[in-house]
Amino acid sequence: MGIISESVQAINGYKLHIVNTDKYKTNTIVWKMKAPLTKEDVTLRALLPYVLQSNSEKYPTTGKLRSYLDELYGASFFVDLAKKGEFHIISFSLEMANEKFLTDPTPLLKKGFEFLTEILLKPNLNNHAFNKVTVENEKRTLKQRIQSVYDDKMRYSNYRLVQEMCKDESYSLHVHGEMEAVEPITAEQLYEYYLQALKTDELDLYVIGDVKEDEVKAIAEQLLPFDDRKPQVIEASVNHEKRNVHEVKEQQDVKQGKLNIGYRTNILYGDDDYYALQIFNGIFGGFSHSKLFLNVREKASLAYYVTSRLESHKGLMMVMSGIDNKNYEEAVRIIHEQMEAMIKGDFTEEEMNQTKAVIKNQLLETVDTSRGMVEVLYHNVVSRKDISLQEWMDKMDQVKKEDVMAVAKKVNLDTIYFLTGKEEL
Amino acid sequence: MEKILFDQLQEEMYYEKLSNGLDVYVLPKKGFNKTYATFTTKYGSVDNHFSPPGKEEVQVPDGIAHFLEHKLFEKEDGDVFQQFSKQGASANAFTSFTRTAYLFSSTSNVEKNLETLIDFVQEPYFTEKTVEKEKGIIGQEITMYDDNPDWRLYFGLIQNMYKNHPVKIDIAGTIESISHITKDMLYECYHTFYHPSNMLLFIVGPVDQQEIMKLVKDNQALKEYKELPEIKRIFEEEPQIVAEKKQVLQMNVQTSKCLVGIKAVNVNQTGKEMMKTELSLNVMLDILFGKSSDHFSTLYNDGLIDETFSFDYTQENGFGFAMVGGDTSDPDRLAEVLKGILLGAKGTITTESLERTKKKKIGAFLRAVNSPEYIANQFTRYAFNEMNLFDVVPTLESITLEDIEKAAGELLSEERFTVCQVVPKR
Repeated sequence: MGIISESVQAINGYKLHIVNTDKYKTNTIVWKMKAPLTKEDVTLRALLPYVLQSNSEKYPTTGKLRSYLDELYGASFFVDLAKKGEFHIISFSLEMANEKFLTDPTPLLKKGFEFLTEILLKPNLNNHAFNKVTVENEKRTLKQRIQSVYDDKMRYSNYRLVQEMCKDESYSLHVHGEMEAVEPITAEQLYEYYLQALKTDELDLYVIGDVKEDEVKAIAEQLLPFDDRKPQVIEASVNHEKRNVHEVKEQQDVKQGKLNIGYRTNILYGDDDYYALQIFNGIFGGFSHSKLFLNVREKASLAYYVTSRLESHKGLMMVMSGIDNKNYEEAVRIIHEQMEAMIKGDFTEEEMNQTKAVIKNQLLETVDTSRGMVEVLYHNVVSRKDISLQEWMDKMDQVKKEDVMAVAKKVNLDTIYFLTGKEEL
Repeated sequence: MEKILFDQLQEEMYYEKLSNGLDVYVLPKKGFNKTYATFTTKYGSVDNHFSPPGKEEVQVPDGIAHFLEHKLFEKEDGDVFQQFSKQGASANAFTSFTRTAYLFSSTSNVEKNLETLIDFVQEPYFTEKTVEKEKGIIGQEITMYDDNPDWRLYFGLIQNMYKNHPVKIDIAGTIESISHITKDMLYECYHTFYHPSNMLLFIVGPVDQQEIMKLVKDNQALKEYKELPEIKRIFEEEPQIVAEKKQVLQMNVQTSKCLVGIKAVNVNQTGKEMMKTELSLNVMLDILFGKSSDHFSTLYNDGLIDETFSFDYTQENGFGFAMVGGDTSDPDRLAEVLKGILLGAKGTITTESLERTKKKKIGAFLRAVNSPEYIANQFTRYAFNEMNLFDVVPTLESITLEDIEKAAGELLSEERFTVCQVVPKR
């Protein structure tokens, strides 16, 4: 047995993943729907789960629906969206108390499944369309959600970097869709899209907690039947031609400049050199022992935060930092120097070991939460690989310094985006 | 070592007060990979006026507790982050109004990491040079928050409420205030507030309580501490009414924001009484504004609130407040409606909604105690106020309509209301 014992079986048009563990006081159900990320669909997909979670046939108002969840000992229920590589993923998550910790022994898991079924399969309809008031309310909220990216400058500058960097790729789409596409959506059109998504999306159901596998399977087979479908495969485009560095400066009324730098790693999740890429990112910028933190923050005192992270399914690495407008040149220079150091192999075995230890720690910590566990396991669905956590860690352990240097040579600087205050340009 | 059992939750905890006064708690959690430990001093941004042991009273620059937190990580031979990551741990720290906490989490080398945590907090190393260098870094932290509309809104609201109490001061201070900080001031604050008798160590994870307790005791036995006279903290008298009724901040945003705040009374409570007040008022806010409430539906359907809408009541020794609000299309109308709902709340709460909300809160607590971080941080916060985290469920179960009416009656008064808004710059 490894660190996680995941059982996976194909039933009813989707994959059922069960992780049986008694370490939580709750049971978690996550339903995932995955489809290609496209300009046509992204805004519909951004709206759909929020309409579904608002109400249903049996609970026609949000008040009634949420009252029912309160009755289930405050089951937490939410939806969220993610962009992974060339795909758009909708998740419905339900977490409820395990009744063995309550004075009231009513079994909650089955009720949780019934609730999820209600949300997914019995929406609040009028004449082959979603309830119009609900759709209009959620359209308004979606517009606010899209707009709010602008107000959070850290998120905004990160979004702008991706937009500039991936201009001609679907990855430049925002996970919450496009502002101008929201208003025209009708309740009928959204309902049609819902039927289509249920028919063609790749579906995965995760159940995590102190549960009986047979029981869960029987419930899932009975309550959530779907037709078989063929998952849609898109080959991610890596190996981008190295191009001239694209530099973008944008001016706004901000006190702190936001520096975001994008690189193409040309390596995807599960590739042979993916593990070396993880170490590379860790030594370069992922942690508080990394070169970026030491040199930009601790030595030069230019920033409070400076970090790099990978987009594993898209082959990107992104650096982000907040600096004074006047320190732009110096910060960029120091960051470039750290990259040069990586290419030249200017890092020690000790840094290698330190980084391996920290990444391993991070992975093990992630799977201590049920949501974290689902996210780790779902990487395999997105990448169509089957890599266990143990294998992941073993392969990382075997990475050598020359592997990391080889990765450093594959990583190409692509775009530098700077959101700057008014006085400096 | 004392063993404390929580039957319903199927948890057990171990406690010992060491001879130097340090409180140590160990909560073994089987099945988890991670061990999480916090080492916390009862010292936060509000403790800016005090008498150091055996000395005259001093007033220190705003932001110094947070500055000290940053500086403890730096040692003569480099920074402690390096040490932790060599041992496969990730370390961090935070400063709140009333606490400064240092922490690590790790899935290996737990003993070594625990020693590193205790030692780095107990061995300060400040020089003029490193203090100066930190001013640039913290300056960027302050600037980052300056651009954050939610932070500005939150602090603006607290500033409206408090006339004298230092809770109104931004935890990190200002670029100006931190410019006055020297290494000697840091040492003075350190020697006043980092005595083991003012601190609490909490360890939660797949550990053996005996071994952990022995390690901590052996470690502490090697260090000498003089007995600390009681720390004298000085606070000015604070009026019950709010300092300002309204503040509007113009910022570079597209969406307006509005928070309504109510300044707490009864801020001298501790222990069970304090827990009852806090939980009763949070239950009340949930009944009024939770997603299952009529008010939430009406406000949402009218487009006055969106998913950022939130509410909370919190209380510490000497201050406390309720806050309700979020992003809105009409900040003035939202302020008016929220105020109306709160002032009219008395007598509208039903037994049915109370029972439902209690269930919801109990479920939320079970969810929360899946998290080692939550347990360690909240346990410490409760302990510093003479409460026990694990009393939350029984206290929730005991709350009656009368408790809520009483707490609401004391809190909800026109003169304690205030409003803060962020609106797009014209």
